[in-house]
Amino acid sequence: MLRALREKRSGLAPCGFETARIDTYVGMVPALDDLRVRPDLQDYDCRNNRLAQLCLEQDGFAREIAAARDRYGAGRIGLYLGTSTSGLHTTELAYRRRDPKTGALPADYRYAKTQNAYSLGEFVRCYLGLSGPGFVVSSACSSSAKVLGNAARMIAAGVCDAAVVGGVDSLCLMTLYGFHSLGLTSAGPCRPYDVDRDGISIGEGGGFALIERADRVEPGAILLLGVGESSDAYHMSTPHPEGLGARMAMQQALDSAGLDPSDIDYVNLHGTATKSNDASEDKAVFEVFGGQTPCSSTKGATGHLLGAAGITEAIVSILAIEHGFLPGSANTRSVDPALKSNYLLENKQAKVSRALSNSFGFGGSNCSLVLGVAQ
Amino acid sequence: MRVFVEGVGLLGPGLQGWKAARRILAGEEPFRSASTIIAASELLPPAERRRTPVPVKLALAVGQEAFENAGRDAASTATVFTSSSGEGETLHQMCETLASEEREVSPTRFHNSVHNAAAGYWSIATRSREASTSLCAYDASFGAGLIEAMTQVVSLRKAVALIAYDQPYPEPLHSARPLLASFGAALVLTPEASGRTSATFELELLPGEEKPARMSDSALEELRLGIPAARALPLLEALARKTQSDVVLDFLTETRLRVSVNPC
Repeated sequence: MLRALREKRSGLAPCGFETARIDTYVGMVPALDDLRVRPDLQDYDCRNNRLAQLCLEQDGFAREIAAARDRYGAGRIGLYLGTSTSGLHTTELAYRRRDPKTGALPADYRYAKTQNAYSLGEFVRCYLGLSGPGFVVSSACSSSAKVLGNAARMIAAGVCDAAVVGGVDSLCLMTLYGFHSLGLTSAGPCRPYDVDRDGISIGEGGGFALIERADRVEPGAILLLGVGESSDAYHMSTPHPEGLGARMAMQQALDSAGLDPSDIDYVNLHGTATKSNDASEDKAVFEVFGGQTPCSSTKGATGHLLGAAGITEAIVSILAIEHGFLPGSANTRSVDPALKSNYLLENKQAKVSRALSNSFGFGGSNCSLVLGVAQ
Repeated sequence: MRVFVEGVGLLGPGLQGWKAARRILAGEEPFRSASTIIAASELLPPAERRRTPVPVKLALAVGQEAFENAGRDAASTATVFTSSSGEGETLHQMCETLASEEREVSPTRFHNSVHNAAAGYWSIATRSREASTSLCAYDASFGAGLIEAMTQVVSLRKAVALIAYDQPYPEPLHSARPLLASFGAALVLTPEASGRTSATFELELLPGEEKPARMSDSALEELRLGIPAARALPLLEALARKTQSDVVLDFLTETRLRVSVNPC
C-alpha cells in the first residue's frame, strides 16, 4: 500500500463487478473470483470471507497471530471486526435461484456462515484459531474504526490481554445500486475535496492489526492514543451540515489522548468525495485544527471501503507515522476553494509523530482515532 | 466488572413491557404467549416514523421503556445496540429487487438496510449525540452486547443503555434462519447507584463447559433458545424475582458469562 500511495496509484477502474450495470468506477479485487477459503472452512466460502483470508495472508499477519497465540493463549486474545455487508452477495445470488414453485432459497444457501454480520467474525476466529471474547461491529462506514475502541476497552477491563481488530467489506449489488439510488456514486474515479467531485467510488478491501497492552512496548511501537465516538442525531444518510458529530468525535479523540489539535501532524480524512461529506467534514476539521494541519483522503486510491475504511485508513495513518510520509490525494485535480483545510494534493515527507483518522457512516455514526509512536 | 441497573425495557410474545412482564418472570402470573405488539415510536417526527422498519420500532420501544423506568435523559446517554438479525424485511425487499430485471432500489430502503439503522433512528429520535455502537455475534449477540455495555460503563465511568432486539425474517429467509418471535430487551446501566437503581450486575467470564441457565417455564425456555435477544431472559428473571442469584448466560462456544445479580 505504501508503494502505491507513494506512486499516487489508484486502484479504481470502470465497474465490471458481476452483473452490475452502473456507470461508475470501483476498487475491485479480481483475485476473489477464483480464490476459495481454506478447505476446512469451506462452509464459510463467500466473497467477503475470501477477501478476509487474502488479507490475513498478507504481510505475515497470520504467522504473527500464531506467535501471539503462543504468548497469550488463544482464549486471552479478543476479536473485534467491522463489516457493513458481510457475505450479503451470497444472498443476492441465492435470490436468483429461488424455487419457482415455493420461493425457497437453494438448499446450498448457508445463512449463518455467509450472510450474517458475524460470519466474518466466526470465519476469522476459526482461521486464526482464537477463542477469546469477540463480536462484529456493523455501524456502516465507521465499523472498523470503532473496533479499535472496543479492543482498547476490553483490554483495559481485563476481558482479554490482546485483541485482533480489523474489518473487511466486499463488493455487492446492494451497495452499488443503493449508493447509486442516493445519487452518491461518481461517474469516474472519485475525487475527494475536488471542486468537481461528484460522489464516491465503492471499493472492497480489508485490514487487520494486533492490539496489545501498552505497558510492554518498545520504542517505535505504534500506540492507539485516543478514540472518539459520536452520533449526528441528524439524518440516516446525510451528514450533519455543520459537521457537528464529526467535530465531537475528533475533539473527544484528542481529549481522550490528552492532546491539543496542534499535537497532530496529519489527518487522514473520511473524504468520501460526495459534495455533502467533504463540505461538512471540512467545516469540522477547520474548526478543530484550523487551516494549518496537513490532511488528505486516500479514497481516490482505494475507493470507499465502507466497513473496512476505518482499519485501512488507520493503517495509512500508521504508515504516515512510520515513514514520515503524508499521502497526496489521488485523482483530485483542483481543491474546492470553498474548503478551508490544508488539503494535500501532492505527497509530502515530514515527521509525523501523531495522526488522526476519521471514519463516518450512515445513521450518523462517527469515529476518530488518534495514533502515535512510542518514544 | 460491576455496574448498577437503573432501568429495564422488555417486549416479547406475551411479555408486553417490563412493568407487566416482571410479574410473569417473577412467577406471580402465568406466562401466556401472544403476538408481540410493537407500536410506532412517538419519539420520531412523523416523516421518519412512517419510514421506520419493524426492527427499528422494536428497538426504540424497549429503549424508551428502559429510559422511562430509569428516569434518565436518553440524549446524554451512550448506547450499545445488538442484534443477530438486523433489518430482515428490508434485506428481503432489496434482494428481491436486485434479483429482478429492474434493480431500481429505493434510497430510503437502502439506508434502512444497515445493521445500525436502529441506532441511527434512536439518535435522531432522542437527539443523542453520544457514542453508539451496533453489534452482532449471531446467537451470542446478547452476550456480546452485555459485555460491551458493561465494559463501557466501567472504563468510561458513564451510563450506557444496552438495547438487544431480534425480529423474525420474512420468507424465504425465515426458513434459512428461523427466529421464533419478535423480542427486545433494554437495560440502562450506570457506574454508580442512583435513586432508581434496582440491582447490581457483576460479570465474570467462564469456560464454555458451564451450562447456561434455563427458564423453568418451558414456553419461556423455548423463547430463550429460539431468539438470540431472548438469551437475556434468565437475567431478566433474576431482576424480576429480586433475589440474589448467579446467572450463567449463553455466549460464544468457548465462553459463558456469569452475572451475579444483587438486588438493591
